[in-house]
Amino acid sequence: MTANNTISNVISGDKGSWPLWEIFIRSRQGLDHKHVGSLHAADAAMAIENARDVYTRRMEGISIWVVESKFIHASNPDDAASFYDPANDKVYRHPTFYDLPDELKHM
Amino acid sequence: MSAPANEAVFQDKIDQDIRIEPKDWMPEAYRKTLIRQISQHAHSEIVGMLPEANWITRAPSLKRKATLIAKVQDEAGHGLYLYAAAETLDISRDEMIGQLHSGKAKYSSIFNYPTLTWADMGAIGWLVDGAAIMNQVPLCRASYGPYARAMVRICKEESFHQRQGFEILLVLSRGSEAQRRMCQDAIDRWWWPSVMMFGPNDDASPNTAQSMRWKIKRFTNDELRQRFVDVSAEQIKLLGMTLPDPALVWNETRQHYDHGPIDWEEFRNVLNGNGPCNKERMAARVQAHADGAWVREAALEHSRKNAARQSVQLEGVA
Ligand SMILES: [Fe+2]
Ligand SMILES: [Fe+2]
Repeated sequence: MTANNTISNVISGDKGSWPLWEIFIRSRQGLDHKHVGSLHAADAAMAIENARDVYTRRMEGISIWVVESKFIHASNPDDAASFYDPANDKVYRHPTFYDLPDELKHM
Repeated sequence: MSAPANEAVFQDKIDQDIRIEPKDWMPEAYRKTLIRQISQHAHSEIVGMLPEANWITRAPSLKRKATLIAKVQDEAGHGLYLYAAAETLDISRDEMIGQLHSGKAKYSSIFNYPTLTWADMGAIGWLVDGAAIMNQVPLCRASYGPYARAMVRICKEESFHQRQGFEILLVLSRGSEAQRRMCQDAIDRWWWPSVMMFGPNDDASPNTAQSMRWKIKRFTNDELRQRFVDVSAEQIKLLGMTLPDPALVWNETRQHYDHGPIDWEEFRNVLNGNGPCNKERMAARVQAHADGAWVREAALEHSRKNAARQSVQLEGVA
């Protein structure tokens, strides 16, 4: 590779970059997969291998899910007030809402 | 919502210690400050691999070699966690790498010093990783969620770095006369650059107040530096070595160690590109990136071809 094209390429960054993936790891049998971070990889197989090297170097996981970031759809934080409004006035969904005598046991 | 109203909601969350997440409204200056700080931090992790990689092939035993490889691999991971955190603020990885390679973005000046002997691996682990940890632990509570989460992961991994470094020095300090000399020499060379890692004095650090209001920073440079000096001044006793500062003395009234003046002229020089290894580090980084270009292209092409082949097969089935 000639010095010329390398420097300009390097300074401007690459033309085609690897897509971004979100990484989910199950740390133990019986637990959910949990989002741990993201990384770039050319395809799913590489994303899984890179996730192993980056996020499980100390036995932090026994199962890895990878999802290309562009496929994740999210709720909008600006709408949070109205979006979660239906749950806002329903305290009766919680056990502490019910006033019962102290003598009542095992409930 | 209007801009001032947004700003009020934002600052209110910060004051209540509610984390800011990527899609939340944030002031442009907060976003820019974070990008600068997180990407510089990421660059430091990546460039920081170079002085230590220098010793992997020459480590004195298989155990030391394996340890050093593991540490350097961790630093690569730290760089990646941080780049990923910065990417949530709408800057691409390529742009950040471009800024590093063009010299627009800075990285910690400490990595522009040479690693001359094996004892330097010990001094770096103890002092450089030690100073980094001192800086990083409060960042685990930084107001920006992705940054704080990356820092939690990093801090978990860092403690082994410092311990292995101290152990290297401990072994040398109990060794032959030549080994003891090598140990002291490494401490002498790494002490002041490590003290400088906390950045300029508070009165020369105009952005600190804003960063503290935003809870990106929890302590000032001088507060963290003092903590580092206090801890190191005690730890050095276990090595039977000395720190190269004749003014270092316990101050009973302050309940802290006093230390001598810092050579800020040297700090600025190294930061501005005139340290002993600035050019060498950047050249190595740019070369590594250039050498890897064909691999990145080939992997992308391979995945494209695979995807095309799979869609042809699917059509065949249908
Ligand atoms: Fe690190
Ligand atoms: Fe480290």
